[in-house]
Amino acid sequence: MSSTSTTRSTVAVEARGLTVRHGRRAAAALDDCSFRLPAGRVSALVGPNGAGKSTLLATLAGLLRPSAGTLTVLGAGPAETRERIAYLAQDKPLHPQLTIAETLRMGAELNPARWDAAYARAIIEQGKLAPGTKVRKLSGGQRTRVALALALGKRPDLMLLDEPMADLDPLARHELLGTLMADAAERGTTVLMSSHIVTELADACDHLLLLGDGRIRLGGGLDDLLLAHTVVTGRGTPAELAPHLVVESRAAGRGLTALIRNDGPVDERWQAEPPSLEELLLAHLRSPGTPALITPGTTAAPAAVTR
Amino acid sequence: MVAYRIDRRSGVATYVQIVQQTKQALRLGLLEPGDRLPTAREVVEATAINPNTVLKAYRELEREGLVEARRGLGTFVRRTLGATPVDSPLREELDTWAGSARAAGLDREDVAALFASVLDAHFPKGDQ
Repeated sequence: MSSTSTTRSTVAVEARGLTVRHGRRAAAALDDCSFRLPAGRVSALVGPNGAGKSTLLATLAGLLRPSAGTLTVLGAGPAETRERIAYLAQDKPLHPQLTIAETLRMGAELNPARWDAAYARAIIEQGKLAPGTKVRKLSGGQRTRVALALALGKRPDLMLLDEPMADLDPLARHELLGTLMADAAERGTTVLMSSHIVTELADACDHLLLLGDGRIRLGGGLDDLLLAHTVVTGRGTPAELAPHLVVESRAAGRGLTALIRNDGPVDERWQAEPPSLEELLLAHLRSPGTPALITPGTTAAPAAVTR
Repeated sequence: MVAYRIDRRSGVATYVQIVQQTKQALRLGLLEPGDRLPTAREVVEATAINPNTVLKAYRELEREGLVEARRGLGTFVRRTLGATPVDSPLREELDTWAGSARAAGLDREDVAALFASVLDAHFPKGDQ
């Protein structure tokens, strides 16, 4: 495995022209996506329903084969690095007839080299679940906890989570997100998780991939992406905001308020404020025609440079 | 050990909240030189925030000379802030003053506004 260790430290995922179709004639679920996910980041995968989030996660997990493009996950093809990847699908597939203890034993047997039984058990105990309980008797949130214990017990280097917190109550969500962040702090695990809950993402994530219509619309460190945009308010027309790129503007009294992508400093006659993550996302979701912005650290290396 | 409280609606950046709460703990004498700050892992497990946010806050505290990172051991308080332990004479005076304000019929918001205006007069913003 020494051949994979060099790329592991800086790049978790590198995709170039990644295209995935569900069926030969279907429209592309992922359409020519090129990006890089730096290792050790906790990245939010955001986008409207049908944007391709689940397709991207399943493809990175090696469960879907790209129709075109190249994909490197932890330094190799996703199928080769599968044991270092944990993937939690949206429907959290578990065997309903197994007990929690049997489910964890299955995790141990499937991942003999990496399984951390004490850690997986601790996550179950935190939720006060009895190991003898059958999975089919569990609530949705409890099932998520078992699925997450199964994923984290593997001690993965890359966690792919599809809507992991959707059916959890606020306490369980806080606890499990805390567990996930502790794992990231301790082991530098790279996390890519899709979610619709923006407030949750804003604190837990330090990186963002915004998908729309199968393409990457925004990609980069959260701070960098926020700094690249400004909310301006004042009297004037959108045209007067040039050379900045107006992502979205609306009338505000006799003037307007707009979210712009900065091109140099903003003229002082506009009142300027940094956007919140929610403002940034909503403006881009409402304006699908906006050109993509992918920061240098998240841009895939040109094809010619690779070995 | 200090426990950080993250207020998601405050509009103050999360790392700034950690910096401010650490300074507050130093001012109140809840943290003294030699005390260890919680590890990033401990903070994120309790607050569910991103580990890099904690590290950013600790770097800022280190830059200000308030704490130092000791490799493999953790982050430790180097010096304390201000000279106002919980039982200082200044606190007593303020306590007396707050009592008078209450007796004069001021409510909480009146007092906060009055205090803020005096604070601004004596400590102009950006004059740290």
